[in-house]
Amino acid sequence: MDILGFEFMRNALIAGLLASLICGIIGSLVVVNRIVFISGGIAHASYGGVGLAFFLGLPVLPVTTVFTICAALIMARVTLHSRERSDTVIGVIWAAGMALGIILLDFTPGYNVDLMSYLFGSILAVPQSDLWIMGAMACLVLVLVILFYRGFLVMSFDEEFARSRGVPVDFLYFLLITMVGLCVVMIIRVVGLILVIALLTIPPYMAERRTRSLSRMMTLSTLLSILFTVTGLWLSYAVDITSGAAIIAVASVCFFLSLLLPDKRVG
Amino acid sequence: MVEPVVAITGLNFSFDGLPILENVDLQIEAGDFLAVLGPNGGGKSTLLKLMLGLLKADSGVIRVLGQSPGEAGGRIGYLPQYTHVSTSFPITVLDAVRMGLVQPGFRGIAGLMRSDGEMDKARKALARVDMLGHANRVLAGLSGGQKQRVFIARALVDEPELLLLDEPTASVDSTGRTSLFKLLVELNTDMTVIMVSHDVSALVSGVKSVACVNRNLHFHQAPELSGDMFKRAYGGEECCPVELVTHGHVPHRVLGLHPEDGGEDS
Repeated sequence: MDILGFEFMRNALIAGLLASLICGIIGSLVVVNRIVFISGGIAHASYGGVGLAFFLGLPVLPVTTVFTICAALIMARVTLHSRERSDTVIGVIWAAGMALGIILLDFTPGYNVDLMSYLFGSILAVPQSDLWIMGAMACLVLVLVILFYRGFLVMSFDEEFARSRGVPVDFLYFLLITMVGLCVVMIIRVVGLILVIALLTIPPYMAERRTRSLSRMMTLSTLLSILFTVTGLWLSYAVDITSGAAIIAVASVCFFLSLLLPDKRVG
Repeated sequence: MVEPVVAITGLNFSFDGLPILENVDLQIEAGDFLAVLGPNGGGKSTLLKLMLGLLKADSGVIRVLGQSPGEAGGRIGYLPQYTHVSTSFPITVLDAVRMGLVQPGFRGIAGLMRSDGEMDKARKALARVDMLGHANRVLAGLSGGQKQRVFIARALVDEPELLLLDEPTASVDSTGRTSLFKLLVELNTDMTVIMVSHDVSALVSGVKSVACVNRNLHFHQAPELSGDMFKRAYGGEECCPVELVTHGHVPHRVLGLHPEDGGEDS
């Protein structure tokens, strides 16, 4: 356990656990609502917010948050009534956000941020302050999902039936997409946008066909995320490889191995 | 006078500039069992969705159970078309049925949904569709016909006054279909039933009235299928009304001509 003797390693571990919790819950909703592509679009578009923050010389986190929530709300509005037929628009917002970010960074004099650190993150360089923000975020997500669990369940299972019962589906959908946006922003600096999408999709996909309820799917997804994050972190330390990529590698290998196993439902 | 369960006057609906329903009038009294027939794309499902408030009419008035569409959600049982439900969703049969108990508005979406009363209601609904033995199985493991029964239980669980069924026999084999219709006729003793089908075999005994929908709506008080009705609903002479050939007795689905209009119409 000498690995935990380093403060940056302890911080990385806590960041990984918090990211796992947030991604396990939100990721499960993303997968059952089939909005993986929308979430990917939001994650990439948030890069525009990073560029904007540097261009204006303002703090990165607040600016990116506002920018991403705006992008998420546009995305939600466009996809509200035809989730399947809006991939083109999502793809355009996805690309436009990234391009905007890069152009704004080009216009920013002097110091340029490293694009790689936003793609794969820098989990080993997480400051204490980010941990507090992530912790608050995790609590907020937990409270909102528990508060509206029944609504999310009914909407995710059968949106049309939910609407016919008078469930405020539009509200829930906007709330979900906003939570995805918030969650992406909080985690992106830590683990990078590629890892965000991997954590949002791989564990829930594996958990979906092995559980008997949405809440158990969320729990199993979180546990799987933790397993991948911790193993990946240890691997990156032991073999000295990039941490974000190591975590994704572990998750991907487990994902493909899981495809070989039968879909047996546990608990 | 008792208020009709559904009252539609002068309804028009179009999608992308294409008229789907034109000048539709319909009145359904309590206790009716209405079969809505017509070709695919004729506007049958659209009509149901307009009643539920899932779609908004261009013009015309719709009243369902004395309320505007979308307001009576808690008093209607709805069976959407089978294709809408995800096949891998992690949920048990019992939990799926309990979703039918969700109440309209914000108070319905709060909380974690667990109560003994709800479980009892869900079990009762499952017993009614003969699926109680499967209550604790995972929904994804059921056959198409079994799933359809579970969704009917979900529509029933809150004891609705009106049951709206969109293609209830899709993905159900012919024996399952017979018992499904038997169940619907049974349910009709407690509630008004409106069933949409593209399949004339839905015209079973127990059906009390028929509406043929193909852009326009023609209402028939008696459950008879005349050649004229068929032409209106499915269009053209080239379409053969005999959809089933069996040995022995002719299936009793093609009935006599309308006495009032002689079966033929201008």
